[in-house]
Amino acid sequence: MDLSMLWYLVPSVIMFTAGVFGFITRRNMIAMLISLELILNSADLNFVIFNRFLFPGQMEGMIFTLFAIAIAAAETAVAIAIIINIYRSLGNTDINSAKEMRH
Amino acid sequence: MDYSQFGAMLPELIILGLFLIVFLFDTFCGEGQKKMLTPFTTILFGLATVAIWLIPSSGEAIFGGMYVDDTACKAMKAILNIGVFIVFLQSAKWTESDEVAIRKGEFYELILVTLFGMYLMISARHFLLFIIGLESASLPLAALVAFNKKHYESHEAAVKYILTAVFSSAILMAGLSYIYALSGGSLYFGDIAEAIASGSRSGLLIVGLAFLIAGIGFKLSLVPFHLWTADVYQGAPTAITSYLSVVSKGAAAYAFFIIFVQVFGAVYSDLWEWMMYAVIILTITVGNLFAMRQKNMKRFMAFSSISQAGYIMLGVMAGNFGLASMMFYIFVYIVSNLGAFAVISAIENKTGKLSMDDYDGLHKTNPWLSFAMTLAMFSLAGIPPFAGFFSKILIFTSVTSTGSMALYMLVLIALINTIISLYYYLLVVKAIWIKPGDAKVEAFRSSTGERIAIWLCVAGIVFFGLVPYIYDYCYDAVKTAYGLLI
Repeated sequence: MDLSMLWYLVPSVIMFTAGVFGFITRRNMIAMLISLELILNSADLNFVIFNRFLFPGQMEGMIFTLFAIAIAAAETAVAIAIIINIYRSLGNTDINSAKEMRH
Repeated sequence: MDYSQFGAMLPELIILGLFLIVFLFDTFCGEGQKKMLTPFTTILFGLATVAIWLIPSSGEAIFGGMYVDDTACKAMKAILNIGVFIVFLQSAKWTESDEVAIRKGEFYELILVTLFGMYLMISARHFLLFIIGLESASLPLAALVAFNKKHYESHEAAVKYILTAVFSSAILMAGLSYIYALSGGSLYFGDIAEAIASGSRSGLLIVGLAFLIAGIGFKLSLVPFHLWTADVYQGAPTAITSYLSVVSKGAAAYAFFIIFVQVFGAVYSDLWEWMMYAVIILTITVGNLFAMRQKNMKRFMAFSSISQAGYIMLGVMAGNFGLASMMFYIFVYIVSNLGAFAVISAIENKTGKLSMDDYDGLHKTNPWLSFAMTLAMFSLAGIPPFAGFFSKILIFTSVTSTGSMALYMLVLIALINTIISLYYYLLVVKAIWIKPGDAKVEAFRSSTGERIAIWLCVAGIVFFGLVPYIYDYCYDAVKTAYGLLI
C-alpha cells in the first residue's frame, strides 16, 4: 500500500502542536524539556518526509536530520546539567519556584 | 577532497588554534603558572585580533559554497573580536577572585568556542553550517551563564536561558523544514533564493518566515521574544552579561541580515517587510518603556539593550547601505555598552553594589568612573558629538534613503523613542552628578585590566564618530563584498 505524504505530515504536526502546548502549560522543567524534544523531532521528521517524497534524488534533508539529532542531544545534556543544579538548590524542578528575579 | 580549502578559513583557524593553546596551557601548567593564564590569554587574543584586522579576506567560497569569507564577513569578525578583547580585559579582575580563579580556564575556553560558533554563523552560506554555528554559539553560553556556582540567581538565569534557547532553535528548525519543502531540495542560500524568487507565495512560506524571525529574534531579544532577557542578564555574572549583550547580539544581527536580505530578498515587500516593521516598533518602544522603571543596573542595561537591538534591526530594512550602517552601529554599540558594563563590573567587583541608588554622588569619590559612565550613557542615548549620535544618524539615513513613505514613519517613531530613551539614560547621569547626599561607594582604584578597558571604550566613544575611518571601513567592506549600495 502506498501512503501519501499527508499520512506522515499529520503526525509531525500533532507532535509539533503537542510540544508547543506542553512547553507552555507544563511546570516541571523535565516535562518542558520533553516537550522541546517533541518540537525538535517534529522538525526532523519534516525534513525526512520532504526529502523522501519531494526530492528523492537528493540527500540534504537526511543529512541535516542527522546533525540536528546530535545537536538536540547536546542541548538536552546541557539543559539537564543545569536542571540538576537547580534541583540541588531548590529541592524540586518546578519552574514556578524559580522566581527569585521578578520585578 | 581538497584540504587546501581550509586555508581560506583563516579567522576560524586562528580562533580554533587559540582555543587549543589556552586549553593545553590550562590543562598542563603547574599551580605556579596558573595565575599567568589571564594575561597570557588576553595578550594572545589581542594579537589574534590584530591579525584578523590585518589579514586580507580570501573572498573565496569553499566547500561547494557552504562557507564564504568575503570582506564584509571579515570586517564583522574583526569588530566582534574587539568586543571580546574588551570583555577579556574587564573580566580579568573577576577571574582572579577566589570563587572563579580555580576554573577561569573554562571561562576563556567557552568564550572562544562561542566566538568560533559566531564566526561560522557569519560566514555560513548553507543552513546546516548556520545551525551548527548558532548552536555552538548558544549552548556554551548557557554554561557560562551558570558560571557563578555558588549563587542561586546564576542557576535560575541559566535554566531560563537554556529552555528559551532550545525552544527558539526548535522553532527555527521547524521553520527551516517548511522552507526546505519549497527550496527545490537544497539548503544553500543561493539555491533557496532562486527557488523562492520563481516560486509562489504560499502559506507555507509565510509560516516558515515567521518561524525564522521568531527563532533568530530570540537570540537578538526582539520584542515578542524578549522575555528571557532581563532575568538572564541580571542573574549571569557581569562579564557574561556584557558578552551576551554586545557580541552575541552583533553576530546574530549580521546573520539575520544575510539570511533575510540575501535569501528572502525577493519576497521582502510581499511577506516580511510588515513583520519586521511591527517587530522593530515593538522592540524599540517596549524596551524603552520597561527600562524606565528598573532599579537594578544589570536589568536596566538589559532593557536598554533590547531597545538598541531594535535600532540595529533598522538596517535590515535598507539593503546593503543598511548593512554598512548596521555594522558601524554594532561597533559603536560595542564600545558604548562595554564602557558602561566596565564601570558596573568595576563597582560590583569592589563593593558588590548593583542598584542605581548606590550610584548617588559617585562623582565625589570616583570621578573617573563617573566620567566614563556619563560618556557611555550619552553615547547610548545618541547625544552629539559622541559616537552614538553618528551611528544613529547613519542608520536613520540608510532607512530614509530607500524613499518609502512607510519607512519614513518608522524612522519618525524611532526618533521619538530616542527622546524617550534620553530620560532613563540621564537618570543614571543624574544619580551620579546631581543627587545630593554622601557617596555610597567609597573611593577605590580599579584594576589594570578594567582601567585599560574603560580607556579603550572612552577613546572609541569620543573618536569613532569624529574619525571617518571606521565608517569608511564598514562601507568599503560591504561595497567590495556585495557591490552597489542601496
